[in-house]
Amino acid sequence: MTSDPDDHVQPGKRDFLKLILGGSLVAWAASILYPLFAYLKPPKQAEVEVTSVKVGTLSSIEKDSGMIVRFGNKPVILVRSAAGELRAFDATCTHLDCTVQYHKEMGVIWCACHNGKYDFNGRNIAGPPPRPLDEYRVVLQGEEVLISKKS
Amino acid sequence: MKTFLTKIYTYVDERVQLEDLVQFMGKKYVPVHRHSVWYYFGGITLFLFLIQVVTGILLLLYYKSGEELAFESIQFIMSKVQFGWLIRSIHSWAANLFILAAVIHMFSVFFERAYRKPRELTWLTGMLMLFLGLGFGFSGYLLPWNELAFFATKVGTDIAGVVPVIGKPILIFLRGGEDVTGATLSRFFGFHVAVFPGIFTVLLGIHLLLVQRQGMSEPLGVEAGAAAPQKTMPFFPNFLLRDLLLWLIVLNILAILAVFFPWELGQKADPFAPAPAGILPEWYFLFMFQTLKMIPAQVWFIDGEVLGIVTFGIAGLLWMLVPFWDRKSARGEQNRTTTYIGIFVVGYIIILTILGWLL
Repeated sequence: MTSDPDDHVQPGKRDFLKLILGGSLVAWAASILYPLFAYLKPPKQAEVEVTSVKVGTLSSIEKDSGMIVRFGNKPVILVRSAAGELRAFDATCTHLDCTVQYHKEMGVIWCACHNGKYDFNGRNIAGPPPRPLDEYRVVLQGEEVLISKKS
Repeated sequence: MKTFLTKIYTYVDERVQLEDLVQFMGKKYVPVHRHSVWYYFGGITLFLFLIQVVTGILLLLYYKSGEELAFESIQFIMSKVQFGWLIRSIHSWAANLFILAAVIHMFSVFFERAYRKPRELTWLTGMLMLFLGLGFGFSGYLLPWNELAFFATKVGTDIAGVVPVIGKPILIFLRGGEDVTGATLSRFFGFHVAVFPGIFTVLLGIHLLLVQRQGMSEPLGVEAGAAAPQKTMPFFPNFLLRDLLLWLIVLNILAILAVFFPWELGQKADPFAPAPAGILPEWYFLFMFQTLKMIPAQVWFIDGEVLGIVTFGIAGLLWMLVPFWDRKSARGEQNRTTTYIGIFVVGYIIILTILGWLL
């Protein structure tokens, strides 16, 4: 027998110890990093589910105009054409998240941020927006105008 | 008096060997040649950063973060606090001049090829500080919680969200939720006053240390034609005094701008109001803004905005890595290609910025 210390170590044992130590190092790092990353992620706030909102009476909404309506925590744009027709869309521009407005002179729904334009049906007709605006349903209950989500 | 100061000096010197440092300072020379003027812009940027630290701390004494407090607290600073308007105006103006000085400094370093070996790390830390400076500008812009800032932040964070795969988690992280709310304001406030200054200070320390250690870079042409002995001036006190004089001039310009063109506060942000007509980002983001405005919705099969943002990202990364791909300059040879690239980039930024103003 020689006195080489390596002879006394069985390779299986060494690998086993490496695995245990390496594994616990990874577990230790994970036990620190996981809570940190989880903390960075904001918790989901319970939102009040809104299905429809009252806007006002039909006579109070001018023809050839648009207004922003608070729908839960989202802005919705209600537009009324010169002919008196009502349409409602998600007011968040599909390009980069700005809030759109009705542009009377151009007769379009317009986003001031990057000059995106949508027609009266919410279709993106000019500028950078990649998609049409999501449509909401406008319901008339007598004189009362309501906006609700399209199911 | 003299003996007292000498005593203090000796006391410190005995313990930390100041003599070495004084020797080093005394031997430091700044090259003098026709491009020497560019050496001053780093110092100006540093000075403006120091102004930001001081005025930022002063603003912190009264500023309150929060949807219902931020705008009002700045109104309070500007109308009730003595010289509050001045401090805020200086902070806003100095922020813009800081970016301007940093950009001039960066381009001068680029065109003089000062990034070439052995100064790659100085360039890298400088570029990181410039990006951090843009981060300072972007996060600070939101803190007054006004209309322009609200939409600028919506657009800016949405741009981050457009990046494939990692975009969405980054957007949520930046906004503190799906939308820009008071949670976003809290996070930006934290970045602006704690996270960024901490990182910036470390980078600045490395940057300055490298500049001191390696001395000033000399342009390639000057180096090559150095048959005659190079003209130099001592860093201490000659260059330092010139630096200080320039700082004084910058401070005066800053004071004039802050007093005669006070920074406006605008309207308070309203998440249920449309984006105001004529909305523009800060001038240093204008060229990117204008590009995004002009790219069509779809290019081939890619979303225009994705294309624009990914292109800017890659271009920025390549720009930052110039010391590593410009092998010719590293060998001490003239490289016209990088000059042309630089001229193209400067031209692009200037033209798109002007278009952004006009259109």
